[in-house]
Amino acid sequence: MSDGVPVQLYKPRTAVYPRSVKGRYRYLKYSVLALAYGVYFLLPWLRWERLSEVDQAVLFDIEHRRFYLFDLIVDASDIFWLAGILVIAAMLLFFVTGMAGRVFCGYFCFQTLWTDVFVLVERLIQGERPARLRLAKAPWNLEKVRKLGITWALWLLIGFLTGLTFTLYWGDAPTLVSQFFVGAAPFAAYATTLFLTATTFVFAGLAREQVCTYMCPYARFQSVMFDRDTLIIAYDRPRGENSAGRHKTSRGYRSREERTEKGAGDCVDCGYCVQVCPTGIDIRNGLQLECISCGLCVDACNSIMDKLEWPRGLIRYTSEAMLEGGKPRFLKPKSVGYGVALIAALAMLGTSVANQDPFAVTISQIRQPLAVRLSDGRIQNGYEIKLNNKLMEPVRFHIRTERLPDSELDLGKFEEIRVGPGQRLRVLAHVRREPSGDLDKRTFDFVVTRLTGEQREVRRSANFHQP
Amino acid sequence: MSDASTDKSGPTSVQTTGHAWDGDIQEFNNPLPRWWLWSFYATVVFAILYWFLYPAWPVGDSWTRGMSDTTIVRDGQEVDVRWNTRYELVADMRSSPAAQRQQEYTELVAGSSFEEILNDPEMMAFARSVGNGLFGDNCAACHGRGGQGVVGLFPNLADDDWLWGGTPETIHETLVNGRNGFMPAFERTFDEEQLSDVAEYVLTLSGEAQSSEASARGAALFQGEEGGCYYCHTKEGTGLASQGAANLTDGIWSIADVPGQDTLEGKRQVVMELVRNGVMGSRVMPAWKDRLSETDIKLLAVYVHQLGGGQ
Repeated sequence: MSDGVPVQLYKPRTAVYPRSVKGRYRYLKYSVLALAYGVYFLLPWLRWERLSEVDQAVLFDIEHRRFYLFDLIVDASDIFWLAGILVIAAMLLFFVTGMAGRVFCGYFCFQTLWTDVFVLVERLIQGERPARLRLAKAPWNLEKVRKLGITWALWLLIGFLTGLTFTLYWGDAPTLVSQFFVGAAPFAAYATTLFLTATTFVFAGLAREQVCTYMCPYARFQSVMFDRDTLIIAYDRPRGENSAGRHKTSRGYRSREERTEKGAGDCVDCGYCVQVCPTGIDIRNGLQLECISCGLCVDACNSIMDKLEWPRGLIRYTSEAMLEGGKPRFLKPKSVGYGVALIAALAMLGTSVANQDPFAVTISQIRQPLAVRLSDGRIQNGYEIKLNNKLMEPVRFHIRTERLPDSELDLGKFEEIRVGPGQRLRVLAHVRREPSGDLDKRTFDFVVTRLTGEQREVRRSANFHQP
Repeated sequence: MSDASTDKSGPTSVQTTGHAWDGDIQEFNNPLPRWWLWSFYATVVFAILYWFLYPAWPVGDSWTRGMSDTTIVRDGQEVDVRWNTRYELVADMRSSPAAQRQQEYTELVAGSSFEEILNDPEMMAFARSVGNGLFGDNCAACHGRGGQGVVGLFPNLADDDWLWGGTPETIHETLVNGRNGFMPAFERTFDEEQLSDVAEYVLTLSGEAQSSEASARGAALFQGEEGGCYYCHTKEGTGLASQGAANLTDGIWSIADVPGQDTLEGKRQVVMELVRNGVMGSRVMPAWKDRLSETDIKLLAVYVHQLGGGQ
C-alpha cells in the first residue's frame, strides 16, 4: 500500500501569479471595478443640502441613531428596513446564482475587486507573470527587497485608504480626515482604519483565492444553488479533446483539418487559461468549487482562438445541459419563485420607505392599574403617548380624543406639546369619564395634530376600560 | 509519521494517512491549509497575552487580576484599579454620555420648582422615567407597581383622593418625614346600636345610604361632643389633610372596603368594624429623608403626583 510519499497534514499554499489578459470579460470587470471604486471612495465626500446641519449625502450616524441617505433620513425605529434590505440581497443572490452562477463572486465581490487592484499593482512593480515567478524564486537581494517593498507599501497604502474611507461613512468626512491626521479622531476611527488596513492587506495581498476557497461561506452555498441549467464557465471537452486529446500546434497539427484527421481537438494546450486564473485552477478539469466565474479564462482562450482564426467559445459561458446538446433554459420554477419573492420584497420595502412618517405616534395603555375610580365617581384610564419627531425642526403637537363622548382629557399642564428636532418624547395622558352601564371596554381615538408646517393628523385607537 | 499510501481501488484516488483498521478501513488525508495552522498558533499566543492583561485564572478564593488599569471613583476619590467589567460598568455609570445626560437633567430638576417641572414636558418625561425606577424599587412593595394600593392596608396613589394632601409639596412632605395614620377606637364610647347609627350616617355622606332615623341619630353622634368625629373629619365630612383624616363624602374608601360589598348591611358592617377598632399603628408611611437623596425624593414626588390625581 505504501508508496513512499510522506503524509502532509498541513498543506502549504501554492502561490498564484495570474497572467494579464485582454478581452470582453476583462473589460467588463474593469468597468465594474472603476464604478465600484468611484462610488466607494467618492461618496463620503458628496455634500447634500437638507434642513439639518448634516450636509453629507450618505452618513451613518450611530451616535445619534440616525442614518442619512440623500433625502431619506432613517430613524432607529425604521430598523426593520435593514431586514428588508437583507431579504432583498439574499433573494437577489439566489435569483442570479440560480440562473447565471457565481456572478457576484466573479464581478462584484470586494475580495475579487480588491484582489484585482492588488494584482495590478503587483504587475506594475514586478512585471508580468514570468518575471514575478522569477522574482519569487530569486534569492533575496537588493532588487527583490526593493520590488517587494514597493509592492507591499502600495498595498498598505490602498488598504489604508480603504479603511479610512470606510470610517468616513460614519462621521463627517472633512472633519474626520482633518482630525485623523492630528490624532484627534475618536478611537473607533483609528481602530476601524487599522483593522481594515490589515484585513485588506492580508486578504487581497496575501491570502487571495484562499479567502474564497476556505473562508467564504457564500462561495460554498452558491454551489448548492446550481442546477443543470445554471450558466457556468466550462471547457467544451468534445471540441477540445476530440478522440485523441489536446495537442500543441506542432508540425502536422497546424490546421483544424489536419487535427481532425488525426483526432486531435481544438485545444492547443497553450496553458493560457490556467495562467490567467486568479484561483490557480485548470478549467479544463470541469466545474470546480474554486472557480469564481470571473470569465478570464474565456478571454484567454478566445484570444488564442482569434489568433488561430478558429471559432471562439472553446471555453465559454454555458450550462451542463447545453454542453450535452440541450437548449438554454432560464424560466425555471426555482428562478421564477426567487424572482417573484425578490419583486415582492422590493415592493414592500419601497412602499414602506415611500410612506415613511415624519412623526411617529404610539399609544400604550397604562395597565397597572387599568382603571381607577375617582372621588367624584368618574373612571380614569392612563395612556402613555410616545411622540417621535423625525424632522429637523421643532414640531408642536396638539392631542385630543374622539369617539368618546363626555370625556375629559388631562395632559397635565400642557396645551400643546413641543418636540425638538429629531427628539422623542413620552407624554402621560389621563382620560376621565362617567361610568356607562353597558360596556366594560370602549374603543376611541387619540387624534394627534401637528401644528407646525403642513397640518397633519394622526389617529390612533385606544381602549377605555371600566372596572 | 508513517508513509502515505494511495488507495486506487475506490471511486476516488485520495491520499490516505496510511492507517488501516480491520484490514481495509482507511483514513483519507485532506490536509488543512498551513495558514490555518498558523492561525491556531496565533490564538494560543493571544490567549497567553490575555492571561497577563485581564482577569483570568482562579487562584484559591481569588483570581489573577491582570495588568491593565482603569480609573474609578470610590468614596469621592479617584483610584486606579485593575480592569474588569464590573469596574468598567462603574466608570460607565459615571462618565458615559447617557450618564452625563442624566446628570444634566438631575441638576436641572434639582434647581427647579415643582411648578417649573410640571410645566416642562421634557423634565416631566425625565421625572417619569427616573421615578418609575425609584417607585418600583422603594414604593411598589406596598403601594403596588402602578400605585394602585391595597384597600385596607395601603392607600391608592393613582386616584385623586389624598389623605395627607395631593399637591407636589404635600406629597414631598409625606415622603420626607413619613406619616402615621391614626383614628381612635370607639368600642368603649359607642354601643353596638350607636356604632350602627354612625355607620349609617357615614354611608349617607357619600350617597351609599338614604337618610333615615338611624342616620339622623348617627349624625347627632358624629357632629356632637360624644363622638366628636367632626374634629378630624370636619362638619361636612370632607376630612382634614393636616390630620390625615379621610374625606367621607367621596366614593373612595381607603380602609373600609365599601365598594366591595354588595348589600347595605355588608357596607354598614365594614364601616362599623372600622369605627369600633379605629386605626392604630397599621397605617405607617416610613420617612425617606435618610434613605433617598433630596433630588430622588423630589422626582418621586413628581412621579406620584402624575400617577393619576395630583392636585
